[in-house]
Amino acid sequence: MMLGRVCGTVVSTVEHPFYDGRKQLIVRAVLPNGSFDGERYVVAVDLVGAGVGETVLVEDEGNSARQLMDAAPRGPVRSVVVGIVDEVTEDRS
Amino acid sequence: MKLGRVIGTMVASVKAKGMDGLKLLVVRPLTARLEPEGVPFVATDASAQAGPGDLVTYEASREAALLHDPWFVPVDHAIVGIVDQHAYQDEGGRS
Repeated sequence: MMLGRVCGTVVSTVEHPFYDGRKQLIVRAVLPNGSFDGERYVVAVDLVGAGVGETVLVEDEGNSARQLMDAAPRGPVRSVVVGIVDEVTEDRS
Repeated sequence: MKLGRVIGTMVASVKAKGMDGLKLLVVRPLTARLEPEGVPFVATDASAQAGPGDLVTYEASREAALLHDPWFVPVDHAIVGIVDQHAYQDEGGRS
């Protein structure tokens, strides 16, 4: 799973029917200390009601994403936001 | 999914079985802030209506094939939708 921060939203009128009515968030990958991990990002379907500025957990693997969305075996989805992160601690010892 | 800009079209009269009728577009990958990033690639169009100049979302990997019907096609990049509105802010970003 990927730790990320929601940086924006994407709205499409013309899109694959699977994505109709599903909120899509732009999530940039962050390191445990909160800084961006380069330009790495993903556009993910929101399953938890996350908002811009929040740190989130993104599942970036197709089979798990399909399972979470009850779309197995052929839902065309790979990235889903599955959690809102309250706190990250990192032991640097 | 990722963001990309359609920069051209491609026509191939001889294609693998299962790819008949699929529209092929040349897409330049973009960062979250819509800056060009990396090398353009060819994608099929699962939104059915994308064209040059459009900002789009695309899926890479196996999920690209799943966007089509029938889904067992040799496709590894496919356009999911045409983006009408792209809201972006770095708020909270510490880098």
